[in-house]
Amino acid sequence: MYSYNDFDEAFVRTRVAQFSEQVRRRIDGSLTEDEFKPLRLMNGLYLQLHAYMLRVAIPYGTLDSRKMRQLAMIAERWDKGYGHFTTRQNIQFNWPKLSDVPEILSALADVEMHAIQTSGNCVRNVTADHFAGAAADEIEDPRPVAELLRQWSTDHPEFQFLPRKFKIAITGSPNDRAVTRAHDIGLRMVRNAAGEPGFEVIVGGGLGRTPMIGHTVREFLPKADLLPYVEAILSVYNELGRRDNKFKARIKITVFETGVETITQMIEERFVETRAEFGGNDQALLAEIEKAFAPPAFRNAPTDAYDDFYEADPVFRSWADTNLTAHRQADYAIVTISLKAHGATPGDATAVQMRVMADLAERYGHDELRISHEQNVILPHVHKSDLPAVHAALAQAGLATANVGLISDMIACPGMDYCALATARSIPVAQQIATRFDELKLEHEIGPLKIKISGCINACGHHHVGHIGILGLDRAGVENYQITLGGDGTETAAIGEKTGPGFAYDEIVPAIERIVRAYLRVRSGPSETFLETVRRLGHAPFKAALYDAEGAKDAA
Amino acid sequence: MSRPFIPKVVTANALLEGDVVYLTADDRWTRHHHEAELIEDEAHGQLRLLHAAARKSEVVGAYLADARSGAMGPEPVHFREVFRTRGPSNYRHGKQELAAR
Repeated sequence: MYSYNDFDEAFVRTRVAQFSEQVRRRIDGSLTEDEFKPLRLMNGLYLQLHAYMLRVAIPYGTLDSRKMRQLAMIAERWDKGYGHFTTRQNIQFNWPKLSDVPEILSALADVEMHAIQTSGNCVRNVTADHFAGAAADEIEDPRPVAELLRQWSTDHPEFQFLPRKFKIAITGSPNDRAVTRAHDIGLRMVRNAAGEPGFEVIVGGGLGRTPMIGHTVREFLPKADLLPYVEAILSVYNELGRRDNKFKARIKITVFETGVETITQMIEERFVETRAEFGGNDQALLAEIEKAFAPPAFRNAPTDAYDDFYEADPVFRSWADTNLTAHRQADYAIVTISLKAHGATPGDATAVQMRVMADLAERYGHDELRISHEQNVILPHVHKSDLPAVHAALAQAGLATANVGLISDMIACPGMDYCALATARSIPVAQQIATRFDELKLEHEIGPLKIKISGCINACGHHHVGHIGILGLDRAGVENYQITLGGDGTETAAIGEKTGPGFAYDEIVPAIERIVRAYLRVRSGPSETFLETVRRLGHAPFKAALYDAEGAKDAA
Repeated sequence: MSRPFIPKVVTANALLEGDVVYLTADDRWTRHHHEAELIEDEAHGQLRLLHAAARKSEVVGAYLADARSGAMGPEPVHFREVFRTRGPSNYRHGKQELAAR
């Protein structure tokens, strides 16, 4: 794991000191809110519906036990004993008091963390495949490159006032778990004909009010050219991006209005200049960073204990079947800890749970933790023989829900329970869907199905790429929920299509149930997933279930 | 013909805690919607909003929200404002936490 050097340390500490002073001046009245707001947003401090919210960056979703324990401490000491993990692999504290924020930032700096650039029109936290460095299908760990991007983008003088926010996602695997096609820049590691690793560079993806799948501007970019190439993209965007209209300011609109061919050419021309300017310094830096991401010393041990336990214990077997992923070391597994207990708030973890996860990472997981964009926590390296003990400890802490990838493993944005921008609630809808399908005991039969819920058109809940997407709106002073079908956030990315009129708050869960029951009726067999069925049959059977009086009666 | 004026309250967030506050007729900030001044005249509403916005060291983001008179005092109209009177629905945090004590 990367450790701060003197420069990082001094930068973060200086910023804490600056912001502490700004908070003091705001409280004593020397700064107005108009003056203070851009300063607090630069440091991740939002004002939400009921309280302030502090968004803390977790670079590429990677943590160790020390950092996780500090987050637990912050949650207990200055918040209400929990934190909310987000789709950008960050954590949000929902109840900090303004006067406590300097101390919180100082406590974060103690463990090499901060809240810088988690808001504002700058390059945000670079997100990465949450299985990075562990996945069996991976070409290379993408995190050294993500760290290089973090260092380059942090306080980059040219890119602090972009037309709009800018999100970069990176994956080292052909199977895209980082939603790279829905980011301002998506970087997907591929090999060229000679077998060398490089990146497919995708530009102009994004969700929000104008969802778009990104365009590939380079099929293969040699790894060594990555940083100058990304700088070339930012540079072109910074010049062309619209500052006259907030809703047309993201790079997806720039690409759309300029044309893929023209903008690609402009990027390539600019790249010639940036590559010459970089002069290979970035590669020297990257080589240093790569040392910090050396794989842990994997141990060789028999896995009989795991095999026996798997045979003997059906609860463990169910969890192992859903929450484990193949590790590149055959004796190891990647553990996904579900933060989606049925009826709980997606992505929330209590301080006690954070400490349990930190302890497990330290004891069994080479001291590594990851946050996934699907709002779960990952132990990337667990030897199979330790899995029964890990599962038992998780179960004690209410963290052993066996539902990863299933219908109750939903993404939900905070929605109108917290967010000042939201137009409807998301969390209670997610809670009710999970509770309902748990009652029905159907979710394992349904199989892989991703529901994603956003409480407004900004789509923080990724509803456009949900197999079933739910968008909460305000229709004439009443919460109303639109449904989309067929979205996909992986390498076969697609934007879901609206089914038709929306549903009221008390109608949305039955509506989802009708869709799912229709799927169970029409699928070709248990091996055909929901998404495959939608792709094969289109919307017709689902619309019938949703809107025809008969379909409605059928499921009622 | 102009549409009838929907009564309003002035609401904002407290500077230090971020908690939702309402302006009372005697110029205090209260945490309780029913204690707010119910404004029934548009011009008066604009004056009260100016007054609220000028109190920069106490509150953030003052605005006029629709309200109606109720048995206890002003009541919110829109669901967003209803949520603001009590807190989130997933935990008993915020105003409902205090109310439960």
